[in-house]
Parts: sequence; structure tokens; C-alpha cells
Amino acid sequence: MTSASPDAAPPDGAAPAFAHRRLLGIEGLSRDDVTAILDLADRYVAQNRRADKKIDALRGMTQINLFFENSTRTQASFEIAGKRLGADVMNMSLQTSSIKKGETLLDTAATLNAMHPDIIVVRHQHSGAVALLAQKVNCAVVNAGDGRHEHPTQALLDALTIRRRKGRLRRLTVAICGDVAHSRVARSNMILLGLMDNRVRLAAPPTLLPPDVGRYGVEVFHDMEEALEGADVVMMLRLQKERMDGAYVPSQREYFHRYGLDHRKLARARPDAIVMHPGPMNRGVEIDSLVADDIDRSVIAEQVEMGVAVRMAVLDLLARNIRAERAQEAAR
Amino acid sequence: MTARTLLTDARLIDPEAGTETRGDLLIENGRIARLGAGLAAAMADAPDLRRIDCAGRALAPGIVDMRVFIGEPGARHRESYRTGGLAAAAGGVTTLVAQPDTEPPVDDPAVIEFIARRAAEVCPVRVRVMGALTRGLQGRQMSEMGFLQDAGAVAFTDADRPVADPTVMARCMRYAASLGALVVHHPQEPHFARAGCATAGFFSTKLGLPGVPAMAERMMLERDLALVEMTGARYHADMLSTRGALEALRRARAQGLPVTAAASVHHLTLNEFDIADYRTFFKFDPPLRAEEDRAALVEAVAEGLIDVIVSSHLPQDEELKRLPFEQAAPGAVGLETLLPAALQMVHAGAMDLPTLFRRLSLAPARLLGLDCGRLAPGAPADLVLFDPDAPWVLDRARLRSRSKNTPFDLRRMQGRVLATFVGGRQVFDRAAEEAA
Repeated sequence: MTSASPDAAPPDGAAPAFAHRRLLGIEGLSRDDVTAILDLADRYVAQNRRADKKIDALRGMTQINLFFENSTRTQASFEIAGKRLGADVMNMSLQTSSIKKGETLLDTAATLNAMHPDIIVVRHQHSGAVALLAQKVNCAVVNAGDGRHEHPTQALLDALTIRRRKGRLRRLTVAICGDVAHSRVARSNMILLGLMDNRVRLAAPPTLLPPDVGRYGVEVFHDMEEALEGADVVMMLRLQKERMDGAYVPSQREYFHRYGLDHRKLARARPDAIVMHPGPMNRGVEIDSLVADDIDRSVIAEQVEMGVAVRMAVLDLLARNIRAERAQEAAR
Repeated sequence: MTARTLLTDARLIDPEAGTETRGDLLIENGRIARLGAGLAAAMADAPDLRRIDCAGRALAPGIVDMRVFIGEPGARHRESYRTGGLAAAAGGVTTLVAQPDTEPPVDDPAVIEFIARRAAEVCPVRVRVMGALTRGLQGRQMSEMGFLQDAGAVAFTDADRPVADPTVMARCMRYAASLGALVVHHPQEPHFARAGCATAGFFSTKLGLPGVPAMAERMMLERDLALVEMTGARYHADMLSTRGALEALRRARAQGLPVTAAASVHHLTLNEFDIADYRTFFKFDPPLRAEEDRAALVEAVAEGLIDVIVSSHLPQDEELKRLPFEQAAPGAVGLETLLPAALQMVHAGAMDLPTLFRRLSLAPARLLGLDCGRLAPGAPADLVLFDPDAPWVLDRARLRSRSKNTPFDLRRMQGRVLATFVGGRQVFDRAAEEAA
């Protein structure tokens, strides 16, 4: 049984990257930060495939998963990650209906803070809400998705998936397709992929693109097949049903026809291109089942596996920084 | 106190003549009696005279702030006439024009009577009221504009709520025109503006905030200008903030339409980047704009395309600001910071002091048919004495407003009000206050 966490220090003995107390977004991370997280996550992938998955990197620590917006998948992923690292994990799902006002957000933050958690993982339906909460607590905070702003661990798990499949995370052509306007996943991915020197293309109808999105340094296409031409990675985004009734696109069937990923459109990408989706999928809306289930192309299940490893890496690195900080304080 | 006060050795800011001269000013029976150089020497032996040495500081007509929210009736916990009045006096605002979006709204003459009574009891500065343009500010039926005007309403507006229906707006404007009344409107296309809380652009995209296109302002203004052409009503845009709207306004002016416009001091001194880190104290309606828009707005104020500068004083509960950005209430208090913030434009060389006071005092007074705003014999002695250069750091806890929601907390300001007079009576004295 392994009881210590894998060594994150680079072999040459240089200081380990990611000297942060919180992870609120990809914005603000350096390339070294991203690489440090992915390198450590790689080791956790191996660890998670063993029979005995548990270590004690977070032993004695309390992790609270505070979800103001429902997300079974992300919450489960963070819960498993924390538990495998030996943390005491508590889940709090606060329905939107019971949260009438944001002062409840700050009150909740103050209440939880008084319980001395070490790490709080937060999902909230409003952009900036996690940062607001982070100002009011002393512990480490991980953004598990805030409004349309950022979802950093999703971008990191996508990056890990790509790096493992493609052998690198640079100079790749990545097409991000679908509802970019309402997507925090797309924003975090655009920042991360750009940071690591990849070529990012967006494919979406203009109604599903946010204003001035080109200034992320991405190429914008309204023709999906053009966007996929020669792509190494095709990243699909979820389109919520209420946005397809004529509000943002004319209909589900027209959307699927023009922007749904099927084998015909995918044929424009490189023959070894991988297909990704953050889940949950709308089969027959943004992605054809034949593509989603194509074991040669789809890495959707693998993304879920990488998600646990990446979240373990993030939690572990934050915990190390917390311990280092406490050791420093004690020495003073 | 004697009925006569002599202010000596002042830098007299005359927005009508566009001049600033060194001289003295005599107040008699609440009005400006005489002013000019050598007055103090000529009156050296005059008895029964209170003398105030201005020591070369600037003396200007008191500010007429056309866009102020006071929470009476209905929201006194946000701002009362007492606290709002103290803030106004400390900011050199001698006439505050209250918005009608109270609870109940100012759509009934009795509410104006209530406000007049409250103001007379507790407010050290003059208070004027705008009446509701439509009943209950609902944008459906016109208010009793005639009765409201008789009760003292100086203009008609639905405050922050744009009147979406052009039929309703056209009828209100036609009716107002027959009364010679000024129609004030908040030109934001509400269908666009409803969902957004930041100006649509790369910055709102990065923050993940739903954006309002800047065009929402020009669209509604263009509609209103067409209605002015149709109805002949006198029209005032309560707060413009975008380049596109300024161009539309310029065309209407060239056409000779009776249209005027204001800009808020916040849109003149802040831009969209100030909402970084989701700082809700910088959330406004309309939202802060791009730097190019702000610069164009300052230019428009300097050249006179924008007639009026307002504080757009909007006190909010702390709780309503300590929320995620999308949910937080918009607006900021501004009565006390209007002049110091506006002086930034003077210090930056964009305009001189007489021009600034044309926008702060003279133009709004004329627009509303008030006698003040001038530095001339016979005018009411509504005056502000200030040091345009005095540096200080704003501490929001020390604001006199009941609410402390200012975007300028801990900001270095340059320029400070020293004394304020309303009808010849001194309602603010910084030296006395600091000595106390």
C-alpha cells in the first residue's frame, strides 16, 4: 500500500510549481502550473487503476463540496478524489430554490468557515460567486464551475486526456463546437489551450458565441466542417434544451443538421482525431450516438477517469501548500 | 446671524459669462446683491456684516443635481431627506432633484406634498421633485401630469424604467408638450438591457457576465428622438454613456430638436475594467462602458453636447451589494463625491471650471426653470466654496449618506468642498465640522 502521495517535485530539484492556495480559474495559472498538475495527475491515473486506491495525502483534512447548482458527475468526481486522498469529505447540495439571495452565499461561507474545513469545492450558477465566497473563508477554495465564467478542473482533465492520447499538449488543432456563449468549459479550455500554444477553432452559430470571442486568440467558424478540417481534437459542448426552441437556434433538428457531430462531419478532421464531451451528452442534439460510442474516436469515458485523477492532483497540491504554510506559521 | 454676508477674496466662477475672476460677493436677504473686485475694500467699515475670507478659493453657484434617489417615502433605510440633505450640503449640491421611483411612487400630488413637508423639516438644501411619467411607473397609462405639475413637479420621468411601448411614450410626450413640461427618459432598450449587467464585449465575455449591447442605448434614444420629432415635446436623456448615442444626439441637435442630455459622473470617470474581480460597487445601470466611450463622453461634456452632469445618487443596502455580480443591485451614492470626481476632468485639462459649473449648476437650473445656477446680482445665494486642488483620501465610513455604496472608497481625490450656502444661509462648514 502506498501511503505517501507521489512526488510532484521536478526531477532536477527545482521548486515545485503551483504555489497557489486556491484554484478559481485557469486564468492566472502559468504553463508550469498546468504541467505540474498534469504530471501529478498522470501518477494518480496509475494509482487509481490499482486495487488499493487509497492514500493519506489529505489525512486529517476536511473537504466540503458545496454545490449550489446540481451536478451529480462533478460532485461525485470531487468526492471520490477527496476520499481516495484520505480526506473527510462532506457534500452539501443547496438547491437553487432554497437560496433566494446571495447573502445566504456569504452566510453559508461564514458558517462553513467556522467549522474549519481545509478545502471547499464550490459550484455556483453565477459568474464570480466562487471568488466572492473565497474572499470570506480562510481555507483553500476550488472552483467547480461558476456561471459562465470558468470550470478549471474540466479544462485540466481535458488537457490531461489530450496529452495522454496525443503525446503532447502543444501545437495541436482543437475545434470547440457548440454553445460557447453559455459555456464556462469553453472559456477555461480556450485559456488553457492558448496558454499551452495550441490552435483553437470555434464552431458555432453566431447566436451561441459570446461578444468579441475572437480576442481569446481563437479562430471563429460558422461552418462546422470547415472548423473540423485537419483538427486533432474535436471538443463538443452541451446545448441545453431550452436554448433550442427558437431562442438561440431555430430547432433541435436544424441544429443537429448543421452543428451536430456525426461521422460525415468528423471525416474532415484528422483520421486519428479524438472526440471529447464534458457530459452529460444530448445524444442526437450535439452529438450522434454512433460517434459518441465509437471506441476508436470517442474518449468521453476516459475524460471521466482523468477527472478524478486531475482533481486528486489539484487537491493534493493545495493540501501541500496548506501544510507548508502551516509549517511556516508554526516555525515563526 | 445678520442678513448680510460678505465673501471676500474669492475666485468667482461664473458659468454664464464663462469667466473666473478674483473678487468679493455680497449676500443680502438670501440673494446675491453685488459681486466683483474691490467690493470688500469699499465695504471695509460696513456694520452688521458677516465676513468670510475665502482666501482665494473657488466660489461657484451651487450644484443642481438632477438625478438623485432619496428613499422617502418607502425606503428611508437607504436614504432619508436628512442624511441625503447632509450629503448634498457637504458635496456643494444646493438643489437636489428627487427621482419619482419611491414607494409609493410620485404619481400622486399627495406624495409631492409629503416630500415637500419632509424636506422643509429636515433637509438643509433645496428639494425639487420629478413626477412619474406613467402611473405606478408601469409604462402603461400616463400619470396625472397636470396635477403633479401644479403640485411642483419640475419634470416627468419613470426613473430607471424605460417606457418600452412607443404608443404610450408618444401620448405621454404629446400631453407633456401641451403642459410645456420636460420629459426625462432613461434611454435603454429594455428587452436588451433586461438580461445583462455589463457592457457586451470581450471583457464581459471573459468575466462570463451576460452583456448588454452598447447599442441598446442608441436604439432607445433614436426611438425617442423620432418621437420628439413627432410630438414636439421637450426631451431630456437622463444618462447617456455611449459614443453611438452621442452621435444620434448630435444629429438631433443639428436638426434643431428640443433635446438635452446628461451624463453621470461615474460614467465620466470610470470604465468597464473597473468591474474586474466582480466588484459590485462598480455595477451601474447603464453599465460602465469602454474607455473610448468614456473619453467621448468627457469630450461631449466639454463641448456642450452633453448639457448636464448628474451624480445619479443611488443609495443601496450593503446586503444588496454583497451578492454575486449578476444579482447585486446597481448604482452608487454620489451627492458627496460628485464635485471632487467631476474635478478630475478639470485637472486632466478637459475643461475649465466655468464650463464644469455650466454643466453642474447653470444648465440643469435652466432646464428645470429654476432661478439658481448663476453667479449674478439678484440670483439666489446658493453657493459652493471649494478648494479645487485639495488632496484627500475618501473613507466611505465617513460619508454622510445613510448608505455607503461608493466606488471611490480609498481613492485619492483632488478638490474638496469647504462651505455651502443655500439662500444665503450656510448649510455646510468644513472647518467648523473638523474643529468639532
